[in-house]
Amino acid sequence: MIGVIDYGMGNLYSVSKALERVGVPYFVSEKPEELKEADAFILPGVGSFGDAMDNLGYTKLDQLIHDMVSEGRLLLGICLGMQLLFEESEENGTASGLGLLKGKAVRLKAEDEKGNKLKVPHMGWNRLSFHNESPLLTKTEQGYAYFVHSYYIDGMEENALLASADYGVRVPAVVGKRNVFGAQFHPEKSSTVGMSILTQFTKMAAEQKVKK
Amino acid sequence: MITKRIIPCLDVKEGRVVKGIQFLELKDAGDPVELAEVYDREGADELVFLDISASHEGRKTMVDVVEQVAAKLAIPFTVGGGINQLSDMKTILRAGADKVSVNTAAVLRPELITEGAEFFGSQCIVLAIDAKYDKESDTYKVYTHGGRKKTDWEVTAWAKEGVKRGAGEILLTSMDSDGEKKGFDHTLTKLVSEAVPVPVIASGGAGNAQHMLEAFTKGEADAALAASIFHYKETSIKEVKSYLKEYGVNVR
Repeated sequence: MIGVIDYGMGNLYSVSKALERVGVPYFVSEKPEELKEADAFILPGVGSFGDAMDNLGYTKLDQLIHDMVSEGRLLLGICLGMQLLFEESEENGTASGLGLLKGKAVRLKAEDEKGNKLKVPHMGWNRLSFHNESPLLTKTEQGYAYFVHSYYIDGMEENALLASADYGVRVPAVVGKRNVFGAQFHPEKSSTVGMSILTQFTKMAAEQKVKK
Repeated sequence: MITKRIIPCLDVKEGRVVKGIQFLELKDAGDPVELAEVYDREGADELVFLDISASHEGRKTMVDVVEQVAAKLAIPFTVGGGINQLSDMKTILRAGADKVSVNTAAVLRPELITEGAEFFGSQCIVLAIDAKYDKESDTYKVYTHGGRKKTDWEVTAWAKEGVKRGAGEILLTSMDSDGEKKGFDHTLTKLVSEAVPVPVIASGGAGNAQHMLEAFTKGEADAALAASIFHYKETSIKEVKSYLKEYGVNVR
């Protein structure tokens, strides 16, 4: 069973609908005591980093996430949910993140190295390049994914980089270390590439349940 | 690098897709959910649904359409038309849309953009602008109420104001070109695309693949929107994309 963490940030409906399309059991909850029953977690999110961390702290969901991750349960952060996995963000000043992965969210540059203008947010379909191997991506082709974001992760550990996209800078697109994963793009909106990542994540969650 | 997007637009009236010429003469063009699925299969990068229902029942029907589309599609879609307040945005986004577009209501009360962006984030808020060339002032003026009312806003001034308030994208329709199938208004598109830092979707006038190409090369658009040429199968998204690739445009 996948637990979708509801902390009042953004559109949970599209993630839920995508899980229905993949055909996996899931539930959405904002209560730590309910979420504790899940085998794996999805941390979605759109909106601002600071508000998101405030909400996670206020609801004590931040503690739940730390507890579940240290128990070895799987976590997938999506978009802002992925950025929250890192140490901090420079969005609206500086805000601390969950600190599960090394690195920080910084604002995308408005031009590339050659001085070509880039629009921010980075909005649309961009091609993925794969880096380190991971069970999350074994079934996924190096295709296009749908991004919408204004901040990207800088200074992360190279061995946690699973896929990236090019937008003037190298934008970490899929990250993963042990049981903690993140996608900067929206897998639920990324056609076949996105659906295969969600399917693989739910398979990993099912396998983990058998091991328990 | 990021690809240029091809976006079919579906004008929905009382639950059916319709298409007119210069905002008039509506013809039936099919079922929105079926058409959405066809476009997804053909490689549409995104979809836009504009609800042009006049009645309250028509609006309720639109929410059902949004739910059905969200249950079937794994690509993003925007819903606009009749979004007058934050609660309308909530209804549509909770039904499963990824973005909402605002037009007349935002001109009448620009705070609507701010409220939407603060609640849902800029990436959810698309500012739809209908613009028409004004000979007297030699500028493009913004129109509201489906193109029936002229405002005092000059198009780039309004686009900048919208972005300042939190609009994450501009859907720019040339009223002069709309439905004519003679190509987009590149002067207008380029003007707005250079004025704002957010993506601009060119709309109005697509008649063939070459027009789509020019929207990117001459108009500097980030995405190109078309309706009737896709609905009436005059060309397909696949054909447009292979044409664009031939001319070196990066597409999915």
